[in-house]
Amino acid sequence: MSSSVLYDVPGPKARRRQRIGSIIGGVVLAALLGLVLWRIISGGHFAPDKLEPFTRASIIQALADALVATVQAAAIAIVLALAWGALLAVGRLSDRAWIRIPAIVVIEFFRATPVLLLIFFLFFGFSSNFDDFGELIGLSNFGTLGPLVTALMLYNGSVLAEIFRAGINAVPRGQSEAAYSIGLRKTQVMRIVLIPQAVRIMLPAIVSQSVVALKDTALGFIIGYQELLRTGRRVYEVNNNIIATVIVVAIIYISMCVLLSQLATWLEGRQSRAYGRAAVEAAESAVTNQ
Amino acid sequence: MSALRVLIDNLDFLISGFRLTLRLAVVSAVGALLLGTLIAAMRVSPVPALRTAGTAYVTLARNTPLTLMFAILVFGLPELGVPASFFVRAVLALTLYTAAFVAESVRSGINAVQAGQAEAARAIGMTFGQTLRLVVLPQAFRSVLPPLASVFIALIKNTSVAAGFGITEAVFRMGGVVRDAPTAVIPVFIGVAFGYIILVAIIAFFFRFLESRLAVAR
Repeated sequence: MSSSVLYDVPGPKARRRQRIGSIIGGVVLAALLGLVLWRIISGGHFAPDKLEPFTRASIIQALADALVATVQAAAIAIVLALAWGALLAVGRLSDRAWIRIPAIVVIEFFRATPVLLLIFFLFFGFSSNFDDFGELIGLSNFGTLGPLVTALMLYNGSVLAEIFRAGINAVPRGQSEAAYSIGLRKTQVMRIVLIPQAVRIMLPAIVSQSVVALKDTALGFIIGYQELLRTGRRVYEVNNNIIATVIVVAIIYISMCVLLSQLATWLEGRQSRAYGRAAVEAAESAVTNQ
Repeated sequence: MSALRVLIDNLDFLISGFRLTLRLAVVSAVGALLLGTLIAAMRVSPVPALRTAGTAYVTLARNTPLTLMFAILVFGLPELGVPASFFVRAVLALTLYTAAFVAESVRSGINAVQAGQAEAARAIGMTFGQTLRLVVLPQAFRSVLPPLASVFIALIKNTSVAAGFGITEAVFRMGGVVRDAPTAVIPVFIGVAFGYIILVAIIAFFFRFLESRLAVAR
């Protein structure tokens, strides 16, 4: 164990105290957890008839479809947000005030607005437009998928724009100075020198923000998009097994997000070694804490 | 201009929604700050069991969608025989969720306090609890004000998820107004969005004020 500056390396007495602390702490936490488990089991929420539905092919199929719907919404939202965020970042970094200022206003507006407010705005205000567009592209669930991914695009795009800006600013000054000095124009400096390096610096931040987008697809539940939680609700309303279902849905969501978060952490270590911790952290500081 | 009329006529209705939004946010913020600090302390403590539990909690809560957290507490708690009002359950969901982010910020602040501070505290014989409480945490809080500000900004926006679970806060009411008058969707949306922008700005200014008040010349 690496030693902490907060406490001394334990001697025999301190080790005993820590062991006692471990036992007491462990018992208290185990008791809390045990209380919840006891409530669940004594309430009959883990009775065989509550768990049996999850062995049925029809329900496994429904959950698999829901998983696909969740991943689909997240993937569409992230791709759109990357494009929209890149566009906003170009505007944000422009030398011309009449491009830069509107970009700032758009970025700040959508960063300060709750995603669910955007979803309601699009869902209640433009549902027929989304339905029509869905018919056009052959997606029958676009009436709910559309508002969800559009809202996530607007919000995450604004956050990504800030990440992109931080990433480009984190490239050492000497890089752009050298590029200008050999006679490249601003677009060339961006395209050939800054963006290729910035992308690597901000890759961990982009993946972290994708976790946020993936989690936020669960908001589709509220407007009736058939994602994991919504399908879970259908399952437990039929089978009257809410606790078991919610736990199954939670396990699926958490494993997806943990895997993606772990990818971000791994990338963070890798890119920090290549480009410096400060640069990678500068880009990550724009990631939203939600 | 009848669309604008809808916004003006419903202004009181929407503002009282914001009052509920604020109540949710303030109660959850206090809870999350206390629980989050406790979890951060657990994560840096000399007791392995507490460290593991703290890390496990943060990993689980940070990777759970907030909507799912709401579903678990709003629909699940009554099933487990825990009597609590909708408001309390919503506050619990927001608190348990936000505490993980508070814990992460505070822990990064604890790690950012210069090693010499804790070493000096230990050298004069302070225990882990004293070192943390009297020396490290006060300095850590000062350095985590910017990340804490963004955690609480996220919290005020996150209170909107309660709209999906029967809490009549601002977004819930906006949904109701717009459902009755779909043609007024744009002004009503912009009005409510501005309400959030004002709240976010207030939090940002408050934290900047705290930062300047607590700044120490080194």
